[in-house]
Amino acid sequence: MIANAVSSQFSFFASLLLFACGAAGSLIFRKNDAAANFCGNAFAIAGSIAGLISSLLVLMFDSSFTCGMGSSLPLLSFSFNVDKLSAFFIFTISLISLFASLYAIGYVVHFYKKYNVGALGFFYNTFIAGMMMVVSANHALFFLIVWEVMSLSSYFLVIYENKEKRNVKAGSVYFVMTHIGTAFIMLSFLLLYAATGSLDFSVIKENIVNIRPVIKNLVFGLALVGFGTKAGMIPLHIWLPGAHPAAPTHVSALMSGVMIKTGVYMFIRIFVDMMSDVPVWWGMVIVTAGAVSALLGVLYALTEHDIKRLLAYHSIENIGIILLGLGSALIFLALEMKPLAALGLVAALFHTLNHATFKALLFLGAGAVISETHTRNMEAYGGLIKQMPQTAFFFLVGAMAISALPPFNGFFSEWLTFQSLFAGIRSLDITVQGVFILAVGALAFTGGLAAACFVKVFGATFLARPRSEEARHAGEVALSLRTGMAALAVLSLLFGLFSGTVAHLLSEVVHSLPVFNSTEAAFTANASLFKFNDNFASVSLPLIFVSLVSVTAAVFFLVHILTKSRKVRLGCTWDCGTHLTPRMEITATGFSRSIITVFRGILQPTQQYQIEYMDAEIRYFTKANRVRLEIKDMYSSYFYSPMQDLVAKISEYVKQIQGGNINIYILYIFIILMALLLLVI
Amino acid sequence: MKSALIWTIQIILIPVLSPLFAGIIRKIKAGFQNRVGAKITQPYYDFWKLFHKDEVISQDASWVFKFAPYIIFAVTIIIGASVPLFTSIFSFNLLSDLLVVVYLIALATFFLALAGMDVGSPFGGFASSREMTMAALTEGGLISSLLALALAAHSTNLFSMVHSASSLSIFSFPPVLLAFFAFLIAMLSETAHFPFDNPATHLELTMIHEAMILEYSGKRLALMEWAAANKFLIFLSLGANMFFPWGLTASSESTAILTALFLFLLKALILTLFVAVLESSMAKFRFFRLPDLLLVSFILSVIAIILII
Repeated sequence: MIANAVSSQFSFFASLLLFACGAAGSLIFRKNDAAANFCGNAFAIAGSIAGLISSLLVLMFDSSFTCGMGSSLPLLSFSFNVDKLSAFFIFTISLISLFASLYAIGYVVHFYKKYNVGALGFFYNTFIAGMMMVVSANHALFFLIVWEVMSLSSYFLVIYENKEKRNVKAGSVYFVMTHIGTAFIMLSFLLLYAATGSLDFSVIKENIVNIRPVIKNLVFGLALVGFGTKAGMIPLHIWLPGAHPAAPTHVSALMSGVMIKTGVYMFIRIFVDMMSDVPVWWGMVIVTAGAVSALLGVLYALTEHDIKRLLAYHSIENIGIILLGLGSALIFLALEMKPLAALGLVAALFHTLNHATFKALLFLGAGAVISETHTRNMEAYGGLIKQMPQTAFFFLVGAMAISALPPFNGFFSEWLTFQSLFAGIRSLDITVQGVFILAVGALAFTGGLAAACFVKVFGATFLARPRSEEARHAGEVALSLRTGMAALAVLSLLFGLFSGTVAHLLSEVVHSLPVFNSTEAAFTANASLFKFNDNFASVSLPLIFVSLVSVTAAVFFLVHILTKSRKVRLGCTWDCGTHLTPRMEITATGFSRSIITVFRGILQPTQQYQIEYMDAEIRYFTKANRVRLEIKDMYSSYFYSPMQDLVAKISEYVKQIQGGNINIYILYIFIILMALLLLVI
Repeated sequence: MKSALIWTIQIILIPVLSPLFAGIIRKIKAGFQNRVGAKITQPYYDFWKLFHKDEVISQDASWVFKFAPYIIFAVTIIIGASVPLFTSIFSFNLLSDLLVVVYLIALATFFLALAGMDVGSPFGGFASSREMTMAALTEGGLISSLLALALAAHSTNLFSMVHSASSLSIFSFPPVLLAFFAFLIAMLSETAHFPFDNPATHLELTMIHEAMILEYSGKRLALMEWAAANKFLIFLSLGANMFFPWGLTASSESTAILTALFLFLLKALILTLFVAVLESSMAKFRFFRLPDLLLVSFILSVIAIILII
């Protein structure tokens, strides 16, 4: 037991050290691109493996550890606490960064001689180490420092390709938003400090019962905004669709797959683990936010034809689904229905893990396509399944997983989220039920729209014929890229097939939280079966997989044998007698146009026509027709712009006390000093 | 031995009977149109002929196009084996979960839409776009209408739902009826019938299902058409058995099973008649009016849920 604790602790710090070596190494070798690339990513791989070992030791052998070092500053202490919850997040981070780094070895090559590969390696390693420390910090001030390390290094990664103006702009939005978020987080920590007299998370947790409800609600609101900004909850998401695509692909995969989950981690840490006696409306707020984020996230994704922006919007959708599970858990917790609360939390954690795998896979696939076609615009793809068959296959696996299609992992966590919402409908009173019914509707529509969106992505990217020269001349990507994608695709299937086992492990994670210590489980899960103890529902992913594979194979061979003598002739696609060109194919924009029209009330699409005539006088013959389709940015026009105006107005007002005369400033200082003195007395 | 026989019947019932129901619907429609119409067994002859024909495949087609028919057909077989048809002894079947069935249907739709886009024909692409629009908007009504029953039955297993729904009190009938109407709308959308889609034509501007399979020929076309017929019968049996849960037998005696089979066919026939009459007596809706109908389906099932809980 103790040996395990020591070794998990040892490998945790070894992994941090390896990331530090990677960061330093890539800086040292920055003159030599290949060496910097290898050094940065090899150490990142080693660090991720160490992180995996450490977290698995904690998860399997129950060897959680805490350790702390004081510092010369009075309030700061570098203390870590890795319990099973932290270990689960460390596991997810290490897992994704392992394959992202593997992918990066081949991917970074195209940055050689264009950008500083050493800097990329430095920030990349710092970023991963930052995330690992965020999910293990046990002290508010230390947490804020590592939170900044994570945010700043990811900011530099976002603006890494700084020759493109829009990346820098996206970076600025990200920088501002993340610091607004941090300000809210600081305020909530300060409130907790004022109420409990400590910045240490474990001390705060012990004294939480003494906090007045008003303060608790304030802390909830501030933390919701602060961590919600990082998680990309609507309407705090505006940085996300800009920042995730701007970063190099393997970083996008990490940002989308795991960084936004640190927000979810802190939600669980504060609302479920630290707080006690939470009111019901907290959970209702989170469920509502989740439903809105899920539905709007997928709708905005449908409007995109930039493949990475589209995937970024899907992250918002999936955070929404995670929040549905988490919110229902909070509601059940508030109503003292702990077995169901544990179920909701398992659903949230499972979807966290699943989203990390398939979203990283999709980003890596998108990166492979982009590196071959040199554009993020899906309208310029088409037919890539012939040139890049393996990438296409891996992407298809990711697309099916994110659309929650069986037998992949996305299906199981969505099933579980549905079930925890159903549990809310069948066991609560009418005020809360309403929220759950609407959440079920939102989740059902979200699932359908996500499938529509990924038919669009896969169809426009990989199917039909190439719509540009680049797409025509694309080829399969390097081995390291394919290995990274293949591993994640296999994981997507395995997490689906062994969902019972994973659910069982996750329920141990949840039950290790003190709140759920003596809670009985609402379900039984083993390798072949997941079943509710009250017989409400049961599912077996292995059975689905086996029947899908065996029946498809049976149909295939039966038809094949019976119709062996029929000939298959290759011909042209039916073209109605005209010459069919790739321009006549449906595009990504065209595909989603009907859905956008259906949801025009929410999305507010705009159309602008521009017609150029052959003769300006006689307007019969047109020379060129241009149409511009856009989606109105509601958040800017209704929320952020008014907010900005308000801040500007207040600043204008405050400016009046700044006369520019130094004597006045001294007077202000004097007055404040007197006031403080009086206060102390 | 007997249970093996029942299993076999359960598995092959949907694919064996589905062409018949397609034929019946065409016959009734022909009657409405003052035509004699083909025999009700005509679809069997059609499939037989298609399986004997050579194929033309577009040179732009990838493996998605070539394998989609097998996947889609297999999925309908799996769903057909896991929905309640005539016997209720399979309540242990782990595939009979409500959400599993709905998402397996989504899996088939996903590949159908991809196959439609694969050959680069504008017909297929636009049909896929419409299909996914409809499928996405149908999902809410489909899940919620069945959920209403699941909540009444305290289980999302379809067999348990049938079992407990048959013992519901008379007071729970109004919400069940509401849920049934919600389900009916979702069913018409999913199975490409009026007012959503016209199953009888290839050449109409708003066609959905037929346009996606436009490029198929020979055995693959047969599989696609057959899978569509299977899907229709699956929805018929869901509608007939989930909402009117009488007649399923729990015993394995041959007379009981024959009666149950007969009752199942009767219920499915009545529902088919309804669909055929609907199809003959109303026009197809404009595409952008369909979301309203699907929203009605969702709202009806939400009301049903509220009434039931």
